Amino acid sequence: MTGVVSIVIDGTTREVAAGVTVAAALLDHGVMAFRRDLHDAPRAPLCGMGSCMECRVTIDGRAERRACLVVVVDGMRIETAG
Amino acid sequence: MSVRCREVDVAVVGAGPAGLAAAAAAAEAGRRVLVIDQSPRAGGQIWRHRDEGSLGRVPRALLARVASAGVTVLTGTTVVDAVSPRQLLVEGVDGVEVIDTTALVLATGARERFLPFPGWTLPGVAGVGGLQALLKGGTSFRGKRVVLAGTGPLLVAVAAALADAGARLVLVAEQAPWRRVTGFALHAFTNAGRLRDALRYRWAFARTPYVTDAWVTAADGDTRLRDVEVRTSRGTRTVDCDWLGCAAGLVPTIELAQLLGCTVERDRVRVDSMQSTSVTGVWAAGECTGVKGDAAALAEGEIAGRAAAGDTPGATSAALVRARDDGRLLGARIDAAFSLRAELLNLAAPDTIICRCEDVRRDAIDPAWTPRQAKLWTRVGMGACQGAVCGPACSALFGWAANTVRAPLGAPSCGAWQAALTPPALPGPPSPVRQAPEVDPHQGPAD
Ligand SMILES: Cc1cc2nc3c(=O)[nH]c(=O)nc-3n(C[C@H](O)[C@H](O)[C@H](O)COP(=O)(O)OP(=O)(O)OC[C@H]3O[C@@H](n4cnc5c(N)ncnc54)[C@H](O)[C@@H]3O)c2cc1C
Repeated sequence: MTGVVSIVIDGTTREVAAGVTVAAALLDHGVMAFRRDLHDAPRAPLCGMGSCMECRVTIDGRAERRACLVVVVDGMRIETAG
Repeated sequence: MSVRCREVDVAVVGAGPAGLAAAAAAAEAGRRVLVIDQSPRAGGQIWRHRDEGSLGRVPRALLARVASAGVTVLTGTTVVDAVSPRQLLVEGVDGVEVIDTTALVLATGARERFLPFPGWTLPGVAGVGGLQALLKGGTSFRGKRVVLAGTGPLLVAVAAALADAGARLVLVAEQAPWRRVTGFALHAFTNAGRLRDALRYRWAFARTPYVTDAWVTAADGDTRLRDVEVRTSRGTRTVDCDWLGCAAGLVPTIELAQLLGCTVERDRVRVDSMQSTSVTGVWAAGECTGVKGDAAALAEGEIAGRAAAGDTPGATSAALVRARDDGRLLGARIDAAFSLRAELLNLAAPDTIICRCEDVRRDAIDPAWTPRQAKLWTRVGMGACQGAVCGPACSALFGWAANTVRAPLGAPSCGAWQAALTPPALPGPPSPVRQAPEVDPHQGPAD
């Protein structure tokens, strides 16, 4: 679990530690709006374990993936609610 | 789109202590065993990790045992439906798969209970176990100001973990009265191992106050958490922080058992002395049968795995039964000592969101309604999490019965779900002929 990988967060390339979850990568790069609610208010991880669905983001073109359950891989593209 | 199919003797849902023990035991009895978990790695909540080397002796030994017994571990995969005790529908990154099995062990664990209060939807407010999970997933809390508030031993364990990781822990607020906390400690710490853990934890955050009879009444901030309001016996004050970890106890994860029609009592799966549920061919182990800690979860898993493999004498081993009973007693003591005070159930303001997926406010819900009426009129509990968060909250606030459950679980992609429901796609008998759910535009992804 050593080394870094490059991922793309909302169009910007970022380096993150290998083996971390997408949720960890996003939080460490200051993302606090993973998704937005029906009134456009930002939402971020609540449960951290895959049950609350608050951390849903688009990963490699697939929408609604739980960021806390996915580990980063080199070249991964993530879109958040910014 | 055709659906792949896999046949095994024993399928285990959940790769926490209970599920891993069950899988190892069943495989050692000669069965072909598959363990499925939605997390990226095996270990469950307590042994969530990035790097196996960081784990303790017990989890490492168990993972080695699972591997050498020839268990297949399928991580990153959610069980979205249990069509029958012999057939599971799972979704991973590569799509949907059907698992045909002779025996099924449910080891789905527990999740945190959340109680709504003003500001609890702000980014930066999470569960205390949620913070622990984010930390173990690699999030850096170094230098971050953290308040932990709520109840139970998990507060202390997570306080220690965050302090060790360099967080600036500002306050740990325990809502239970001092008398009950010390009463619990006197009993629990007759066990030397637990006493050692507790002292180590408290030492790790020695510079942070641990205040009893204290709780958070509100969180504030614009686009993220800025401060929380804390009530103590000395009054109310505002505390600045970057993160708030809330703890209101754990609730067993029982949705799969409910889908299968297993008897549920007091919101936990009912099992007999062999961990057998009320449904033939289905066993349950670990915290889905009641919160009891990792040692008892391991014992229950071992019993369930042996029973599911047909090893009755092994499943009734005295040492296992003792470990199980010890954990169940501890669970009951935790429930009694850390019961939630009434004030915590009345924190939501009229405009506080109760259902976070559907943005249903407190003032839109009449507590006199049945849960079904509330669902039909407000969509409370009908969003992506399917009531995983607001279900236990509404039970606590309004006394509503546990959420009713409908497949699919875990918000699978619509495409995958539709493909699986198309009858020719499903190989082999028995064909799962449950009614296709109405496609709900609000729930789950547009794929
Ligand atoms: C967020 C959280 C953090 C915790 N942290 C600690 C801690 O630090 N120390 C401690 O002593 N205790 C902790 N606990 C308590 C913990 O529950 C027990 O100590 C122990 O992990 C229980 O073991 P288990 O095998 O019963 O369940 P778990 O360890 O919870 O394992 C259940 C597994 O089932 C999986 N699962 C559930 N449903 C599905 C599905 N439909 N499809 C696929 N997989 C599924 C989950 O992903 C999970 O990995 C924590 C609990 C929670 C909820």
